[in-house]
Amino acid sequence: MHAPVHLSHLDEFEAEAVHIMREVAAELERPVLLFSGGKDSIVLLRLAEQAFRPGKFPFPIMHVDTGHNFPEVIEFRDRRVAELRETLVVASVQASIDTGRVVEETGPRASRNQLQTTTLLDAIEEYGFDAAIGGARRDEERARAKERIFSFRDDFGQWNPRAQRPELWDLYNARVRRGEHVRVFPISNWTELDVWQYIAREQLELPPIYFSHEREVFRRDGMLYAVSEFVERMEGEEPFSASVRFRTVGDMSCTGAVASEAGTLEQVVSEIAATRVTERGETRADDRASEAAMEDRKRVGYF
Amino acid sequence: MVTSSALLQTELLRLVTAGSVDDGKSTLIGRLLYDTKQILVDQLEHIQETSKRRGDGYVNLALLTDGLRAEREQGITIDVAYRSFVTPRRRFQLADAPGHVQYTRNMVTGASTADLAIILLDARKGVVEQTRRHSYIAAILGIPHVVVAVNKMDLVEFSEQRFVEIETELGETSERLGLRDVRVIPMSALRGDGVVEPGDGMPWYEGPTLLDHLETVEIAADRDLDHRRFAVQWVIRPISEEHHDYRGYAGRVAGGVWRAGDDVVVLPSRRRSRVASVEIADGPLELAVPGMSVTVRLEDDLDVSRGDMLVDPEEAPTVARELEATVCWMAERPLEPRTRLVVKHTTRTVRAIADELLSVIDIHTLEDRAGPERLELNDIARVRLRLADPLAVDPYADNRTTGAFILIDESTNDTVGAGMILSASS
Repeated sequence: MHAPVHLSHLDEFEAEAVHIMREVAAELERPVLLFSGGKDSIVLLRLAEQAFRPGKFPFPIMHVDTGHNFPEVIEFRDRRVAELRETLVVASVQASIDTGRVVEETGPRASRNQLQTTTLLDAIEEYGFDAAIGGARRDEERARAKERIFSFRDDFGQWNPRAQRPELWDLYNARVRRGEHVRVFPISNWTELDVWQYIAREQLELPPIYFSHEREVFRRDGMLYAVSEFVERMEGEEPFSASVRFRTVGDMSCTGAVASEAGTLEQVVSEIAATRVTERGETRADDRASEAAMEDRKRVGYF
Repeated sequence: MVTSSALLQTELLRLVTAGSVDDGKSTLIGRLLYDTKQILVDQLEHIQETSKRRGDGYVNLALLTDGLRAEREQGITIDVAYRSFVTPRRRFQLADAPGHVQYTRNMVTGASTADLAIILLDARKGVVEQTRRHSYIAAILGIPHVVVAVNKMDLVEFSEQRFVEIETELGETSERLGLRDVRVIPMSALRGDGVVEPGDGMPWYEGPTLLDHLETVEIAADRDLDHRRFAVQWVIRPISEEHHDYRGYAGRVAGGVWRAGDDVVVLPSRRRSRVASVEIADGPLELAVPGMSVTVRLEDDLDVSRGDMLVDPEEAPTVARELEATVCWMAERPLEPRTRLVVKHTTRTVRAIADELLSVIDIHTLEDRAGPERLELNDIARVRLRLADPLAVDPYADNRTTGAFILIDESTNDTVGAGMILSASS
């Protein structure tokens, strides 16, 4: 008999995610790992190292680039990929606009968020990817709470929540036909706090915008937005300087900042543990649009 | 509030809840989340608004668990929902499965990974058919711990006598099903008594509240630490100068404690070797236990690939070509005898024929009926499968990883069944 060994919740979640990544690599022909430069996809890169080192990643890394990025994030992306010596593929929303695949929204509330779906699906088709590993989590939104870890997409990239495959034990059915693909979410069961704790435990580097800094912002719908060339301000939206950090990293046009003095990982973890508002409710204009905003976008092929 | 450093060491408990809306399941989950302060301001505002618009007349905590639009519109739960909560003592991962008869497949799905099941019943109705059905599913899925939540105690005047009657009846059911650890807890999810706080309704009850029990039930000993099992998932072979001769077998420990120097046999080839090291990306480990994803290196250069299983030579599993298993059928299309299917077991996938349908359980009476002609959606049956290639298996009762499989229909690629191995032969 051996004495029982206690694994922490982070050990369990890490082991589960590593197992999932290895299943993707073993069972699918052409996987890709989606990387936004945000904290969740930074965790995915660490998990891929845990899964495949000292070997190379058995998939490239893909960034769906809206062209409206925080410059700090692009700088971070390029440096991180170079350190890992892995392959980066960039799918450009600007290119989709230039070739007429999508039409840019106009006005002060214009965002390229919706346009990413077309760019993503086009890239999946162009490269023939049959699996896309992403950093979505079930705690982010109610429709995601019901999504499988291996989430099947039809020929049109659509998610059908009523026809999901049962998912039992850690036995994943990864079978797809030509033209179909599967989205895989290794950190499905993690919460925002789990992600930050893991980042703290593994001492992962993050883009500086996740930590408190002084920035020119303006207030809209109760949220703080960064002043940038990508967002047209409306009347009365006066810019001012504030100490802020970002809880999520997306397009500059739809990612809000929170007032914060948290300048270190430990301070951010404490702040998240004490927070009273969800991550997407606080900082993502794209999810506030309607009650079923995420479900609708997922159905047509969003991340 | 919980400090971050304490949380780093928090143990994970996976649980499944079974019961219908009528038993107050959504209210119980809402109460657990609310009283442990997991519901954030924007979520609460959101359900307050929705409750008002629907004309519920109260803040409907059940709305927290309704994910899809069809569910919100129809006021029902369709699919398993996964949600998280945390207390200073544990991190909880909850699979919320709808309780109706037709959703057996959902409860089986949610139960497959659970350490603990919460089975809800209404104190006025006592032990009903559904209670027995949920207990049966908990038993065949090998869930180590069961809590029966006797809810709506406020509607029976918090009667101790009523509670004792229910407890006695449950004792008989549990014994018959072979459930090992069953805890019965009285509560009122609506008022909050017995869920997180004891409340003032039941001074006669001296046991733990639901949350106390969830936080303290011992789960680390549930894993099989005595029989080493390791299915190879992926072979790490860097083709680089630095790691010229490196060959590592990546996978997740399914049983036993693994250390350098352990003897192993590779199944199905039966070649023998010894563990050179157990590693993660950062370097070698002293030992690895079930649940951990690691890389095992062997002293000898054998031809080992995905689907092979490394095991203890003294306590090896059966290398089987024929299985007898409890199967839950999950497809609309019935299973007929002689149907060809694909079995995915650990990291190995083989073709199989469902040779014989031995018996099917009547989910209402829990009686076995011999020789069914076919299996319908949500049926649970004993099935004999013949395999085209061998699998290294254990009985599910001994190991929930090496005793489990899923069935896939090759013509549609759908997952059509879940299997728990009863016995195996070569």
